[in-house]
Amino acid sequence: MKTDDLIHLLATGAQPVHRHALARRFVGAALAGAVLAGALMALLFGPRALTEDVIDPMFWGKLVFALAWAAGGWVLLLRLARPGNTVARALGAVALPPLVLAALAAAVWVQAAPDQRLALLLGSTWRSCPFNIALLAVPALALGLWALRGAAPTRPAAAGAGAGLLAGALGAAAYAFHCPETAAPFIAVWYVAGIALPTFAGAVLGRRLLRW
Amino acid sequence: MDTEERLRAWMLQALAGDAPAYERFLKALAAHLRAFFRRRLVQWPDAVEDLVQDTLLAVHNQRHTYDAAAPLTAWVHAIARYKWIDWLRAHAAREALHEPLDAEGGAGELFAHSDGEAAQARRDLDQLLVQLPDKQRLPILYVKLQGLSVVETARLTGLSESAVKVGVHRGLKALAARIRRPA
Repeated sequence: MKTDDLIHLLATGAQPVHRHALARRFVGAALAGAVLAGALMALLFGPRALTEDVIDPMFWGKLVFALAWAAGGWVLLLRLARPGNTVARALGAVALPPLVLAALAAAVWVQAAPDQRLALLLGSTWRSCPFNIALLAVPALALGLWALRGAAPTRPAAAGAGAGLLAGALGAAAYAFHCPETAAPFIAVWYVAGIALPTFAGAVLGRRLLRW
Repeated sequence: MDTEERLRAWMLQALAGDAPAYERFLKALAAHLRAFFRRRLVQWPDAVEDLVQDTLLAVHNQRHTYDAAAPLTAWVHAIARYKWIDWLRAHAAREALHEPLDAEGGAGELFAHSDGEAAQARRDLDQLLVQLPDKQRLPILYVKLQGLSVVETARLTGLSESAVKVGVHRGLKALAARIRRPA
């Protein structure tokens, strides 16, 4: 086929494209991922934070951290979904929440008595916390990769990682409703580890699944 | 008007459903892409027209990812570069090691040159089109090649109107996938 014929073929009967078609696909994927993470949490673990008489202030801290990181992941993901975007500023938005949390955790660590520090770091659930967060992130990661398959990421591994970061942060937000831990050092290590797992998985899967 | 403004105006009209503007856009784009790939594929001149067609098909299939607020030239350049690197990986991975990737500039360089001499591609898209299933091939045949309306095509094929639209859309995506992984 000659190129002029291909051009004629592509242009003939070309349908209008909705301006926000791509954004709608990603909004749908993220909302569904968040709802599924919440449902899985309620089903598998139970929303402990809401059933207690006094809601711990650190519950809100965990939630704000997770949602702020989800917002950063969302911005990064949408920029990586379209060809030709720079991501420097989006990376700044991604780096900010964990840096603030790390500073907070370091302050708590330094002020604590040395024999208390290990308890602040490990709590009582450090073994299960990252894996529980990663488990809650599974549907959101699948939906994020589905949304990316309808887009044009020129950096498939990075785009997959963006989807994984968003999914992991949504999983962490859902897990905060169950999690009994209240120490900043615990959150800074084990929540971050739980979000890092789907981020890494997203990068590996993105490289394989997102060619176009 | 400079290249960016001209192409962007046509693209926005095309996204609103203006087929003649879309054809003008793709023609101008093809000329830029041809010059772009010709300079990158000095050792493989036969592959230039294949890559021009791959990139045009990708631009079409991914046109919903163009953000009207962003520069069009950067969007096209990123797609062309992605298709070029993809081609190098698939066909010339070893030789590519001796060729520095994108030694020259960015989007500006792509649009600094133009080559309007459309040639025959080495790979024949007609051949690939024939291999598509009927529910994709027939909508493309009637709507895209013969210029019939969606309604007429629906009547001729017995498909619903939305099935005709979906068939065209999926068929062109399947075409791009077959280019990547020849059966």
